[in-house]
Amino acid sequence: MSFWLLLTVNSITFGGLLFLLSAGFSLIFGLMRIPNLTHGSMFMVGAYLGTSFLSGALGFTLNFWAAAILGALEVAVLGALMERLLLRRLAGQQLAQVLVTLGVSFMVADLCLMGWGGDPISVATPEGLGGFVRAGSAVFPLYRMAVIGIAVVFAIALWLMLERTRLGAMIRAGVDDPQMARVVGIRVSQLFTIVFGLGAGLAGFAGMIGGPILSVYPGLDQDMLPLALVVVILGGTGSLLGSFVGSIIVGFIYNFGQALLPELAYFVLFLPMVLVLVLRPQGLFGGQVL
Amino acid sequence: MNLKLVAVAIAVVALVVLPYVITEPYYVNIASQILLYAVFALGLNILVGYGGLVSLGHAGLSGVAAYGVAYLLAAGYGHTVAIAGGLAAGLIVTAGFAALSLRASGISFIMITLALGEIVWGLAYRWISITNGDNGITVNSRPAPFGQPLTSAVSFYNATLIVFLLAIAGCAVFVNSPFGAALAGTRDQPRRMNALGFHVWMIRFWAFMLSGLLSAVSGVLFVYYNQFISPQALALTASAEGLLMVISGGAATLLGPVVGAALVVIVKNVVSAYISRWNFMLGAIFVAIVVFMPEGLVPGTVRLVRAAWRSAHRNRSGRPAAAPIAEPKP
Amino acid sequence: MSALAVQNLCKSFGGLRVTTNVNLAVESGERRLIIGPNGAGKTTLFNLITGEIAPDSGAVLLFDRDVTRTASRKRTHLGMARTYQIITLFPRDTILHNVTLALLGLSPLRWNPWLTLQRQHDVLERAREALKRVGLDHMAERSLAETSYGEKRRVEIAMALAQEPRVLLLDEPFAGLSIDERRDVRELLKAIPRDVTVVMIEHDMDTALDLADRITLLHFGEVVVEGTRAEVVADPRTREVYLGE
Repeated sequence: MSFWLLLTVNSITFGGLLFLLSAGFSLIFGLMRIPNLTHGSMFMVGAYLGTSFLSGALGFTLNFWAAAILGALEVAVLGALMERLLLRRLAGQQLAQVLVTLGVSFMVADLCLMGWGGDPISVATPEGLGGFVRAGSAVFPLYRMAVIGIAVVFAIALWLMLERTRLGAMIRAGVDDPQMARVVGIRVSQLFTIVFGLGAGLAGFAGMIGGPILSVYPGLDQDMLPLALVVVILGGTGSLLGSFVGSIIVGFIYNFGQALLPELAYFVLFLPMVLVLVLRPQGLFGGQVL
Repeated sequence: MNLKLVAVAIAVVALVVLPYVITEPYYVNIASQILLYAVFALGLNILVGYGGLVSLGHAGLSGVAAYGVAYLLAAGYGHTVAIAGGLAAGLIVTAGFAALSLRASGISFIMITLALGEIVWGLAYRWISITNGDNGITVNSRPAPFGQPLTSAVSFYNATLIVFLLAIAGCAVFVNSPFGAALAGTRDQPRRMNALGFHVWMIRFWAFMLSGLLSAVSGVLFVYYNQFISPQALALTASAEGLLMVISGGAATLLGPVVGAALVVIVKNVVSAYISRWNFMLGAIFVAIVVFMPEGLVPGTVRLVRAAWRSAHRNRSGRPAAAPIAEPKP
Repeated sequence: MSALAVQNLCKSFGGLRVTTNVNLAVESGERRLIIGPNGAGKTTLFNLITGEIAPDSGAVLLFDRDVTRTASRKRTHLGMARTYQIITLFPRDTILHNVTLALLGLSPLRWNPWLTLQRQHDVLERAREALKRVGLDHMAERSLAETSYGEKRRVEIAMALAQEPRVLLLDEPFAGLSIDERRDVRELLKAIPRDVTVVMIEHDMDTALDLADRITLLHFGEVVVEGTRAEVVADPRTREVYLGE
């Protein structure tokens, strides 16, 4: 019994982590109409940077949270730069933009290998969250509960941003109808840079948050990118609710799949994605067909 | 026209004598790799360059064929059965890919093929009872067609060269055929082609099958070359490298994929001896080509050479040279 | 038996009724002109006739054969050809190749992957003939991208005529043309033999009016007036549609 309960909690935790990763991916896809193939790389870089800050790369050590935030900010700047310098040159050419993100992901992966070596780096659970929570006979790692909490906080924050701020309104307009948005005077190209940076930063933050659970290793980007893809396809591009629900679904499929059908784990994970793409391309919640 | 034939003849002769001129087995093996990846890139290009459908799952197709060969050999069957089985497996999976992904086009098509490639990779990685998972399957011997063993670098190169020449000749015939013209038409104006009476889906399906056949053939060559197959060969990075070969050389040309394959293989093998970060280089070259020379190296170089020729003639005579007629169809 | 008939055709997009109970019967050899202000649903009607979109209800009949559920490419094989408002030809190719593609669309040759297209002299000859009919055979080898807009229009008409259609649908064939180009295209259309039924959408009444035998006036997706040239011009509703509202 507690095996299933633990599996469920782990699924929700992983779902929360995936939400932090995919929310940005979904916004970028919805606004710029491209799957950002560097998203896994941003996740990985955020984690690597975080580990460096933790171990005193700046001359002094930072605590976990500061390291995560600083890493996220750096990744956000990197993302914004990539959009500004590379993607903007190819405005309107979606295929070329996708290919550029593919090329950049190769470059980033190798740079990380250069910078941090080939061995996995484990990330210590932040202070105070290393313990356990008891519920009856079941025992849950406190950090995993914290991740769920962080995901919920960010979900609410992002929702507030999209629904209540001017920036959010512009993003929603851009997602719904980019031509119209331009006509109304929204500086769409600037918006692209901001959203790309925001998405990258969120992914980088997610990378560090995921550190204590997944650790950091070469190939982490290749492991996470397809998951973000599945979440966004299931949930619908440009839809925050879709990312949230999609993340939870994928969290469950991934964990239960690994536990119950290890040989077919990836099949079980990607088949729903293929089915959705074939039968309902706009995803479960998205309004906009790819 | 005759100039083209002469150039082709010279190229073929050069390729035939290559292993006897560059005798170092390491370099002959590099040449074999270039040729087998060129077959893969030619296949991918049928879909990408001529069909206008970008796939990020093609390594799954060549991988299935490779695994088919390895599995059948390990099960005790001979090379003929193994190769036939590998190709059949590759074609069956290709038909599945096509049926699922051809409902979409554009970015959706990329994502579906990516997902399908990941499914195949995941099965190779996890279905340990069949694929041996991460440990891979070793292939103990190479075939000996017509009694000629392929154990040496030179003999394997010669076999690969024959397959490559057949593949590129086949592609040349295909591209210049009415069906090839129909395929290119569906790339440029699918709606108009439909209105003109063409069955767009069916054209794309058969192009996909041809593309899959070439991928499967390259998979067979791959597994015999390395005498080993592991899930790594089907990963997203492998599909991406294939795309890199097509795009960097020049999609919708015959020479482009070959040049692209040479570029990627040389960077991976030869350059990596001097510069340790070849993945970075690969990515950087890719980005540079997409941004600055999106039509690829072959058409891009042709364009630059033409521009240089024209400005040279302008300088000499003082009058502008004639504008070029339409780009010749490859 | 009419060459082309449309019965109670209806189509809505979301909540918007774009085509409302349209009935049309075009006789064999007739020249029918469909007019109406912007947004009247003329191009949608064409798309319904060719099968590029499916109607919500109603029927499309080609020589009394119900083609409502027939795929649009099959309708082309049954003798329907059409041109588009926006030029959607193949700019990378020569104009000869453009017309050749039109011929291939109806030929079993289009499935052949081993013959060399450039050696299929009979097809290429017929393509040249089609270009000669529109006066463009002297530039057959020119890339489409290097031709003028008027020439592109003529290539499109050559492609449609090359398919020897029984019913030819022309969507604003004069759009974007200069006065000279308009005259050239008008002569071309006048020269089409009477075994081809022509249905034309056009905005420019000056040029199109005397090409038409009968005229159908569409407004908000409905047929408002229909009759001979004289009848429609005289009808007060015509003026209302164009000057009123």
